[in-house]
Amino acid sequence: MSEKKLSGENLLEVTNLKKYFPVKGMRGPGVQAVENVSVFIRKGETLGLVGESGCGKTTLGRTILRLHEPTSGKIVYDGKTIFEGKDPYPTVMVDVKDEKGQVVGQKPQIVKTRVPRAKTVDMLPYRRKMQIIFQDPSASLDPRMTVGEIIGEALDIHKLYENKADRAEQIKALLDHVGLNTEHANRYPHEFSGGQQQRVGIARALAVKPEFIVCDEPISALDVSIQSQIVNMLEDMQEKQGLTYLFIAHDLSVVRHISDRIGVMYLGTMVELGESYELNRNPLHPYSQTLLSAVPVPDPKLSKSRQRIVLEGDIPSPMNPPTGCRFHTRCPYATDRCKEEVPPFREYEPNHWAACHLLEESHPEAVEKAEA
Amino acid sequence: MAENQNMEAQSEKLLEVKDLHVSFFTPAGEVKAVGGISYELNYGEVMGIVGESGSGKSQEAYAIMGLLQSPGKVIGGSITFEGEDVLAKSREEMTEFRGTRAAMIFQNPMTSLNPVYTVGNQLIEALRTHDKKITKKDAAKRAMEMLELVGINNVAKRMKQYPHEFSGGMRQRVMIAMGLICHPKLLIADEPTTALDVTIQAQILELMKDLQKKTQMGIIFITHNLGVVAEICDKVSVMYAGKIVEQGAVNDIFYHPSHPYTLGLLRSMPRVDADEHERLIPIEGTPVDMLNPPDGCPFAPRCEHCMKICLQKMPPHVEIGEGHKSACWLRVLEKKKDESVGAEGGAEVRESKQKED
Repeated sequence: MSEKKLSGENLLEVTNLKKYFPVKGMRGPGVQAVENVSVFIRKGETLGLVGESGCGKTTLGRTILRLHEPTSGKIVYDGKTIFEGKDPYPTVMVDVKDEKGQVVGQKPQIVKTRVPRAKTVDMLPYRRKMQIIFQDPSASLDPRMTVGEIIGEALDIHKLYENKADRAEQIKALLDHVGLNTEHANRYPHEFSGGQQQRVGIARALAVKPEFIVCDEPISALDVSIQSQIVNMLEDMQEKQGLTYLFIAHDLSVVRHISDRIGVMYLGTMVELGESYELNRNPLHPYSQTLLSAVPVPDPKLSKSRQRIVLEGDIPSPMNPPTGCRFHTRCPYATDRCKEEVPPFREYEPNHWAACHLLEESHPEAVEKAEA
Repeated sequence: MAENQNMEAQSEKLLEVKDLHVSFFTPAGEVKAVGGISYELNYGEVMGIVGESGSGKSQEAYAIMGLLQSPGKVIGGSITFEGEDVLAKSREEMTEFRGTRAAMIFQNPMTSLNPVYTVGNQLIEALRTHDKKITKKDAAKRAMEMLELVGINNVAKRMKQYPHEFSGGMRQRVMIAMGLICHPKLLIADEPTTALDVTIQAQILELMKDLQKKTQMGIIFITHNLGVVAEICDKVSVMYAGKIVEQGAVNDIFYHPSHPYTLGLLRSMPRVDADEHERLIPIEGTPVDMLNPPDGCPFAPRCEHCMKICLQKMPPHVEIGEGHKSACWLRVLEKKKDESVGAEGGAEVRESKQKED
């Protein structure tokens, strides 16, 4: 969106964020859902996150809000650190020994270590600023509360009204704002269609007048003709209230439409990050290239003439991810180096980051800059 | 697909659905899930049925397969498959019909496979139900061939595994193998890729295209994703509230949509190939309540060109081009005026139409 004015100030900075989920009866780090993700979001922009299911995009969104406690890394919101913790599972080089006990080489291994407790803050004041819209609108609204109660609860928690009349007034204004009838406040969620339920979910998120909203697949459960209504509404609200979005979806065409920048995730890692249309025109990472070519285009002539890269196989388990570049098991260009070395996340082109060894050859100046 | 078009010219009809009505008699009243739809499908042709949830696209397919669940009933119309009346068949004949002549694959491959039997067992069962004479050994061999055909590696081991040991895409491949194991002439695919990721969806679509070329079966592809339709279908029927509002060849539907609903769907989708930000144009309003459908055209309450007559009477299907039909009063009026005034009067018609709006 070229017409949008961005202050250039970062609202959110995430550095080397990790989230591991322990697995019962298994030694080691468990499910490595988010692995070393660093990303920043500027004030007023929309950052899109795409990737296959299970790639950790929802976990990343929730971990940023500390709905999941991060394993390690640093989250800075509006200049204030809301989480900082050392990595309890560093990767160290251990000796490889042969049968006689002779050291023959080294290999990387994740080792659990003791680390001091992470520095955290009380999140309640931040919950007012950071909100979330969930994927399934019917599952995220309490069926035993009326819509007015659902929206009012957020106001109660943060004590955002002077008296009862003011509270009722605010609820009405919110319903009106998301395109619902103000009399709907006394109805229950089941009385609404999916699209209307999602509007209620959005009204609830907006009740506390947040600055930052994580939209976790807000439209994928909706009908095609309703999806565009919600997308337009989100865009309008951003324009009017200067909201910042983290927009998570697996539908690439919608993400590209709404986002200023897009991050592509694969198996817990961020493989590419760039301006929305730039990434679409010129995807650097092989995974982004396949993902883009796999999206069906609603244009018969174009889709029949298009060359498509079809990936072999399925996404590996995040409990036991491949070594080196996590994509190497499915990458058509994988080399031996990809199997061993984790590719660094570098700015290969202006405002366009990627993590791939192959780019080092074609972009030597970026490598020099990063090493200097 | 040029080859397919050549095929159509020589081949005859595989399936003909005429004025099909399906209703559900619920305690709250009769729900007319399918309200009089007609179409034809030839051998080797892929037809897409597009519609929102609740538009009756799945129920229509269940009616063909004789799988309608109570309180659903076919209350009118006919279904002719290779010259035979499907609706007149007995239960036994339908069991024979399903599997050997027509097969169906479903949206969610996890819930359609039995979790307590191995994949091999389920494939062999499908085969032995329809061919009592086949030995277990031969059946197992055929099952393994089928799995190989749908692109599953290491089949001997895979046969002994349970559905939960397969990933989503692999399960859908098993479903396709199971559907095709008795060499049906018609395959109905009910949202086969909706539950899958785009990369896996691309694999499954490639597979289906490939199998279709090899077997020359007819495919009915039910989906709500217009991108998938553009990818795989030869012709398309657009359904809204139990009625086909537009049908035609895939190029006609995408490049010359003539029903406001089709146009609305196309305009409301962001395009992958767009180079800058364009605002989406949504279809306003909400889908129809099927318990109290409006009189006249079901799309009228949401239509920007709605006229008086739209709210009173359902428009008839008007033929716009070869095989391209649309049910919209705008097209009916256009055609009438064209006939009376002649082809040059087209512009006038459009003007008068706007006044009526």
